[in-house]
Amino acid sequence: CCVITGTGRRRKVHGMLKLYYGLNEEGKSNEQPQALDPCDINGPHFDPEIYMNKLRRECTLAELMDQETCMVKQIRSLDSDMQTLVYENYNKFISATDTIRKMKNDFKKMEDEMDCLSANMEAITDFSARISGTLQDQHTQITKLSGVHTLLRKLQFLFELPARLNKCLELQAYSQAVSSHRRARCVLQQYSHLPSFRGIQDDCHAIMDKLAQELRQKFRDGGTSAKDLSECVELLLQLDEPAEELCDKFLSHARSRLESDLQGLEFIDRGCNEFVSSLCLVITSYQELFIVHAQSDELASKNITQMANAKLHAFVDDLAACYFSLVERRIQEEKSVGDNSLLVRALDRFHRRLQAVAKLLPGSSVPHHGTEIVIRAATERVKQYLSALQSFYMDSLTDVRQALATPRLSVAGELLSSLSASILNQIKSVLASVHLFTAKDITFSNKPYFKGEFCSQGVRESLVVSFIKFICQSSRQFCESAGDKGGSTPPILLLLLSRLCLDYETSTISYILTLTDEQFLVQHHTPVTPVTALCAEAREAAQKLLNHYVKVQGLIISQMLRKSVETRDWVNTIEPRNVRAVMKRVVEDATSIDVQVGLLYEEGVRKAHSSDSSKRTFSVYSSSRQQAARYAASYTPSAPLDTNLLSNIHKLFSERIDIFSSVEFNKVSVMTGIIKISLKTFLECVRLRTFGRYGLQQIQVDCHYLQMYLWRFVSDENLVHFLLDEIVGSSAHRCLDPAPMEQSVIEVICERG
Amino acid sequence: MEDDAPVIYGLEFQARALTAQTAETDAIRFLVGTQSLKFENQIHVIEFDDENNIINKNVLLHQAGEIWHIGASPADKAVLTTCYNKTSDSRVVSCAAVWRMPCDLETESHESPDDSAHNPQALELLCHLDDSTYGNAACVLWEPMGDGKRVISLADNHALLWDLQESFTQAKVSSTATLEGKGQLKFTSGKWSPHHNSSQFATANETAIRAWDLRTMSQIYCIENAHGQLVRDLDFNPNRQYYLASCGDDCKVKFWDVRNVQEPVKTLEDHSHCLRTSFWEPRI
Repeated sequence: CCVITGTGRRRKVHGMLKLYYGLNEEGKSNEQPQALDPCDINGPHFDPEIYMNKLRRECTLAELMDQETCMVKQIRSLDSDMQTLVYENYNKFISATDTIRKMKNDFKKMEDEMDCLSANMEAITDFSARISGTLQDQHTQITKLSGVHTLLRKLQFLFELPARLNKCLELQAYSQAVSSHRRARCVLQQYSHLPSFRGIQDDCHAIMDKLAQELRQKFRDGGTSAKDLSECVELLLQLDEPAEELCDKFLSHARSRLESDLQGLEFIDRGCNEFVSSLCLVITSYQELFIVHAQSDELASKNITQMANAKLHAFVDDLAACYFSLVERRIQEEKSVGDNSLLVRALDRFHRRLQAVAKLLPGSSVPHHGTEIVIRAATERVKQYLSALQSFYMDSLTDVRQALATPRLSVAGELLSSLSASILNQIKSVLASVHLFTAKDITFSNKPYFKGEFCSQGVRESLVVSFIKFICQSSRQFCESAGDKGGSTPPILLLLLSRLCLDYETSTISYILTLTDEQFLVQHHTPVTPVTALCAEAREAAQKLLNHYVKVQGLIISQMLRKSVETRDWVNTIEPRNVRAVMKRVVEDATSIDVQVGLLYEEGVRKAHSSDSSKRTFSVYSSSRQQAARYAASYTPSAPLDTNLLSNIHKLFSERIDIFSSVEFNKVSVMTGIIKISLKTFLECVRLRTFGRYGLQQIQVDCHYLQMYLWRFVSDENLVHFLLDEIVGSSAHRCLDPAPMEQSVIEVICERG
Repeated sequence: MEDDAPVIYGLEFQARALTAQTAETDAIRFLVGTQSLKFENQIHVIEFDDENNIINKNVLLHQAGEIWHIGASPADKAVLTTCYNKTSDSRVVSCAAVWRMPCDLETESHESPDDSAHNPQALELLCHLDDSTYGNAACVLWEPMGDGKRVISLADNHALLWDLQESFTQAKVSSTATLEGKGQLKFTSGKWSPHHNSSQFATANETAIRAWDLRTMSQIYCIENAHGQLVRDLDFNPNRQYYLASCGDDCKVKFWDVRNVQEPVKTLEDHSHCLRTSFWEPRI
């Protein structure tokens, strides 16, 4: 049993050795089929007992014997093999030990050499220290020398500075000069107490002053570009020029330059030349790149072209919108109406350049928008002209007013004609200016808008018609505002304006409109204000002004009469010897008004005068009353009625006088209106007073005097007579002691005074 | 009413003064004062019977003088004031007085044949509003909706507030306001505002309209140049406290909002004669 285990262990050792020496391989080929065979003597699973049993069972003794010898032989050879191996290994161990020993010896030697080396190094260090110690002095000297050298170079720079600066100045290399000077400036400043440096500094200063001078000059000239200018300013700033002054100057330069940019025509020019042309360039190149190429390429589908086109359109529209808003803003700035041709030319150029875009980009809305801008500018212009005309008209009126303030009445006619002429001239010049929009050489003039709507709606309606309407309107305003607030409008102005409006009605309006239509070849596609409507409006204004004139003048005289009646004590007055001064004044005023109106209006028709117009007599009981009394007597002879009642009844049937009625456009009608108003007021005032005997007589005298002079002014002298009759009658009625004056005495008094 | 014939009442004399009898609530009654220099002046009490469409009248004698303005007490229908011209010693003086009508007025139709005007009754004088020291009276205004104890009289350039005491037999000036200015200023007419607790009244002089506060007797506002010519009369809207109507010799009626007197609210120019008076219809 012990042996068996012993052989098992040996097997294992054998296996390990075999592994070590690589013998595993050679035995493998024949071992593999019976790898698990426990009877394989060389296999790893060899079991000696099974092997033994197997041998004993299978083999004969002889065979067993042979087997045994063979096995002994094998054992022996194996043993010898093992011995050889051990021996070989041993030898190798011996040689390794030898080698190690040899190495040990070598290291010892090396150690000695290392010691020697370190000793040598120490000696070298020592030497080196000694050398550097000896070289120290010389080194400092060299450093010093090199310092002196740089200093000298600096000095040289300084000494050469004036010359260099001069050279820079000559070459106009200002920035170099300034930087050089800046570098030297501190030093020079620091050593300025030394005479030589001082000299340099002075020289430099002189040069730099000159340079600054030149820069300033250049700056002042302003003709240089923005970049040059800013460079200039930067240099000047470095030269310690006062910053504030520079700021101001720079800004003013920039302003003037920018403003010159903003000059209408130039602005458009710039916009056109730079913006539009670059826009055109972009468009062409874009089209070449994406659209033309894409089309030539067979593989390019239509989609790409469309996409590219849409993108281009969006891009152009976007940019154009920016540009247009700028242009529009700029055009809106254009307010001075003096010279229209510049604006028109600018718009023309603007429009023309946009046509290029239209050609390049057929479907684009840009030219359309451009035309719209032109149209807007044109309508805006028309509006400006209208307001200019309006202010011109108002200014003219102010002038007329001032001229009227001088007391020469005879100028009224001249004033009217000059006013009317200057207005007409102004209208003509405005029409001429506006006409530029439709001139043949202007590209946009053949657009349908400028052919049709601009002429009819723009020029005719919103300019000419509006202006005429404005005249009428402002005239009417004179009537409304001036009436109550103390009559701020002088009456003569009302008269003059009335005549102006009337002239417009009769001739001027149709003339202006015909002129407009001819100049602009207006074809009315849209309904326009007819001449008749305008004329009617002008006539209405004229009528209103004249009515107002009559009212104002009538009220002035009325006021005088009313005061004269109200402020007098009519009961305790003395016997009349004279016509009262106020009556003379009334007649004077009426005469001057007559002259005034006569300058502007025709005479007009009047009823035939009776032979004794100035010498009608007034009875205390007026003629109508006498008539009434006669009727009363004939119809109710027994009635105890007051004759007054009958006269009142009679009055109910007599013609009613419309005091503030409309007047006609002639002198007589105007005067009639004024006198009617005045006498009616007189009558009303008399009715509120109580008279004594002499009071009544004074009224008789006054009325007779008025009759003597006023009849000639009115269309129907019976009217004056009737009213004066009423006045005398009413004062008799209001009299405590009605004893009338003899007619002959009245006449004497009136003729005397 | 519209189908009925118009009712006309004729007076013998000219008349300028007319007022409604405000204290009378049952009947429609007007008071008219006549103007005659030669004859006795009268006050006609005219009652309109709107059921029968006829007019009843009563004539009372007003012997003091011709009547320029008449005012009926808002509290006592028998009491009234007049402004009248009195001629004495060849001088014409304007006075104001408070009168009482006889209480037993027998009303008769003016169409009745018996002519009661032959022996008419006279007014009973209660007291004079003796303002001769202040000038000629232009009009007397009763306190609207008051107890009939307070009146304002306008005399030349003074406005006088009177207290009527002892059942109208005594009148005492309680406060005055005077219009100062250049020249001879004279109130032409006035109205006592029914609004603001009856603490305001308005006057017209020349072309201006002024409003006054009774408590301080000072001017509240002034519409200068309200009309182109003399302002003849004015009236307050009874229902809208800020609205005022005025009329004048310039043939215009203007309506004002007194909160903004720069411009009239509306102007009517349809009349062709000078306008004497203007009234608001009470229920506008």
